[in-house]
Formats: sequence, structure tokens, C-alpha cells
Amino acid sequence: MVIYGVALLSFCLLAGVFVGDVLGELIGVRANVGGVGFAMLLLIVLSNLPSQRFKLKPMTEGGIGFWSAMYIPIVVAMAARQNVFAAISSGWMAIIAGVAAVAASFAMIPVLDRIGKGGRSDS
Amino acid sequence: MILDALSAVLVQNGLITAFVFVGVLVWVSYQLSARLTRGYIHGSAIAIALGLVLAWVGGSMTGGSQGLADFSLLAGVGVMGGAMFRDFAIVATAFGADVDALKKAGFVGVASVFIGVVLSFSVGAVVAVAFGYTDPVAISTIGAGAATYIVGPVTGTALGADSDVIALSVAAGLTKSVLVMIGTPLIASRIGLNTPHAALIYGGLMGTTSGVAGGLAATDPKLVPYGAMTATFYTGVGCLLAPSVLFLIVRAVL
Repeated sequence: MVIYGVALLSFCLLAGVFVGDVLGELIGVRANVGGVGFAMLLLIVLSNLPSQRFKLKPMTEGGIGFWSAMYIPIVVAMAARQNVFAAISSGWMAIIAGVAAVAASFAMIPVLDRIGKGGRSDS
Repeated sequence: MILDALSAVLVQNGLITAFVFVGVLVWVSYQLSARLTRGYIHGSAIAIALGLVLAWVGGSMTGGSQGLADFSLLAGVGVMGGAMFRDFAIVATAFGADVDALKKAGFVGVASVFIGVVLSFSVGAVVAVAFGYTDPVAISTIGAGAATYIVGPVTGTALGADSDVIALSVAAGLTKSVLVMIGTPLIASRIGLNTPHAALIYGGLMGTTSGVAGGLAATDPKLVPYGAMTATFYTGVGCLLAPSVLFLIVRAVL
């Protein structure tokens, strides 16, 4: 049933965010550390269990697939509720700091990508 | 009277109104993409950009902090685009992700988060110094804001920064997040952002969950789980490093 998929997905999110909160407490930061990441790992593990008993039925998968397909619309809504006005109207220093940080990070991607792939640096 | 009744229905069913609104916005964007750019600029990239423009309009008209969602008719957009649904949908994209790609990038994924935090912090701190700041607390807070708009205020509060400096750090983080959303699809091919491996590194370096979520949605939705996976650790690592090690380094250097 569809609800099984939705419930599984919800359980993964709650469990992951909980772990992230606890981890944040443990290392003494006031933030969630990796909650969504843990939730994703949990979902990947649970949906790939080798046992036949846990094999997800197509309807159950549909409950997860729907929310995966809603990703882009949700991100569009997320964009529409950003505080863009504050970002733009608070002066040059904040804008330059943000732009410079993004530019530096973009520039770093090819460098790390090459290293991670195991030294194919001659290309 | 009819208008009152209509607006009452739309307000009372806010989330449903948001579904209609976003549906129309996405449809318009895909039409623009197909007709004006012949699919060259992806429909989702246009939709996200339009969303940001509308958010700016909302902020300038209402003076609120939630963009379009500050119009009571569109309050549902705030729910639909809030952290709860965003994280829910991000986790859903992990279904069917390539486990091998995640395993292979383990070390460089972790490294990218730490490099990303230090890099953005340093760049932000240098900009703060260039603008005449000399107080290590203010410089660190602005540097932390260049990491994400959560790391900034957390660091500023921990170090006892002035509220106007904290506001600036939030603005730097917001600028970063907006720019990552818009800039990623434009620059993706030039920086080789087309594999799960590169997406993992991208998420770790950028770190802003909203920026990464929007940037990858506009570039290639298949890459979302990889980028989101590393980005989700970034704010935590930032909140750990910025008020401690990085602040001490700033104080030692000045």
C-alpha cells in the first residue's frame, strides 16, 4: 500500500533528524549534524535489504516515488519563500562575501573531483 | 462578497493553494523554457529563478522575511517550501541512489565538507577585513555567515557579536544560497558537475542545503541525493569549527 512507502520514508526522516540532533548535542553545537544524510542512508539500507520479506511492493515504492517526484516543485516553493530581499538590500559587503565564497567553492570542485578519482591528474 | 469568499477558501486551504500556485508557476516556466530558449535553459532552472524573483517582490512589498509566503494568500508556499517538506523530498530522492558511488566517494566527501567550511569562512573573513573590520569576533561571524546563514548567527551568538554583524552574516549566507541556486546550472558543465562523484564534492563544498537542493534540481535531479548527502553535514561542521578553531586562528592572525 502507498501508505507503507510514505510511512517508511517518514520514519527514515524522523530517525535521521533525531540522530543528527543527538550528534549535535554530543559534540556541543547548536545544530543538526547530518540528520538528512543519516535519513537517506537509512532509506537506502532499508530499501536494499536482501531478505525477500522486506522486498518493497510497487505500490509501496510509489509512496516514496511520489515524494521524490515532488522534489522540484517543493524546491520551487522553497525558492519563493527565501529572504531574497534581505540578501540584496543589506549592502555590498554581505553580497561580496557571499559571491566570493560561492566562486571559490565552485573553483574547488574540479580540483577535488580529480583527486578523488585517484590521481588521473594528467588529463 | 464573492472575492471575500474566494480569498477565505484560498487562505483556509493554504497548502492546497500552494500546490496550485506552484503547479502554475512550474507550467509557465516549462513553457518559457521550450518556447523562448528551445529547452536550452531547463524549465526547473527558470521556475527556481522565477520563485526567487517573486520572493524578492514579496519581501519588498510586505517587509517580511519569508518572501512570497508573507502574503496571507500564499502562506501555504511557506509550508510547502519549508524545511520539513524540503528534507522529506530530499530523503525520497535517495531511493534508488547508487550505493557504490556513495561508498567510493567516502573520504573525498568528508574532506570536501571540511575544505568547504574553511574555504568559505576564509573568503568571508578576508572580505570583512577588506571592508575595514578589525574585531576578530565580527570577522569570524561574517566568515561563518559566508559558510551558511545558520553557521553565521550560531557563531555570532556564541562569540557575543553585535546584532547588526549577525544580520550581515545572515545576509552573506542568503546571498550564497541564492547564488548557488541560480549559478549552478549555468556553470555545471564547466566545472564537470555531471557525475555522482562530482555532486558529492559539490554538496560538501557548497554546504547550503537550500542552495544545493535548488542548484541540483535545476541542473540534473538525478544528482540530488549525492549533493544533499554531503551538504547535510556542512552546517554542523561549520557550527563546530567556526566559533572554536577558526575563531582562534583569526584572533591569532590579527
